[in-house]
Amino acid sequence: MDFDEIDLIIMRATQAGLPLVPQPYQVIADELNLSVELVMARFTAMQESGVIRRIGAVPNHYKLGYHFNGMTVWNVPDERIDLLGEIIGQLPFVSHCYHRPRHLPEWHYNLFAMVHGKSQCEVNEQIEKIAVLLGDFNLGNDVLYSTKILKKTGFRSRLT
Amino acid sequence: MCDSPYLQVANELGLTESDVLARLKNLLDNGTLTRFGALYNAERIGGALTLAAMKVPEMDFEHVAKIVNAFPEVAHNYARNHELNMWFVVATETEEQLAATLAAIELQTGLPVFNMPKINEYFVGLKLEA
Repeated sequence: MDFDEIDLIIMRATQAGLPLVPQPYQVIADELNLSVELVMARFTAMQESGVIRRIGAVPNHYKLGYHFNGMTVWNVPDERIDLLGEIIGQLPFVSHCYHRPRHLPEWHYNLFAMVHGKSQCEVNEQIEKIAVLLGDFNLGNDVLYSTKILKKTGFRSRLT
Repeated sequence: MCDSPYLQVANELGLTESDVLARLKNLLDNGTLTRFGALYNAERIGGALTLAAMKVPEMDFEHVAKIVNAFPEVAHNYARNHELNMWFVVATETEEQLAATLAAIELQTGLPVFNMPKINEYFVGLKLEA
């Protein structure tokens, strides 16, 4: 895909957030000395190419009362994982769902699904729902909870 | 894409534009939202990203965390309750820099790094209830 200097400066100007004013794209365009038509066209193109996943709100799970955030990990057959991943991703309490490599013998889980609940009990029920959906394809699972945030800096482009 | 996105949302919700803007500002100020705007996908702009884990002896944990966190390429780092007890995200401009960063972390900590880059990402339909 084409990602050029103009996209880069638009990204730099907006990765911390969109201005909270009636015409946010006009404000960005004025700051960057570009036309608003160009800024909006680039936003549209970046959304279509997947450079921008979505434009919207990023919630703080913790503030919304979701104090239990578990990284559930599952060992499922590789030849079934894409079908199973699509199904698990559709669950309303799953925020991220990925296929990642195993590292045998220490790590035999290949499907990762982040789940969010307001209580331990709720998360346990969510894990049970995933287990039921996976059925016989679940060859083993675990759940990891973060016990401490050691570092958290959002993604920032370091492209020059 | 519309030049007055907040007005569009306000109309959909039966609110005024100024109310939508004031509420968003309030949600950002009180920390309910961490951000409002475009979510960029690091990999689609030529960057490289991975999730990595390490098995760190408990007594060395803080020391190793300090080494790992000192890398600007490490975006997030979490302690987790598992034998693999340190999990971090590494973001770089190129695949080569990613491999070099993981190798440098192994060298400086003396511990193997389990590299778990995503092979596939599945669409999610997250619905949070406040």
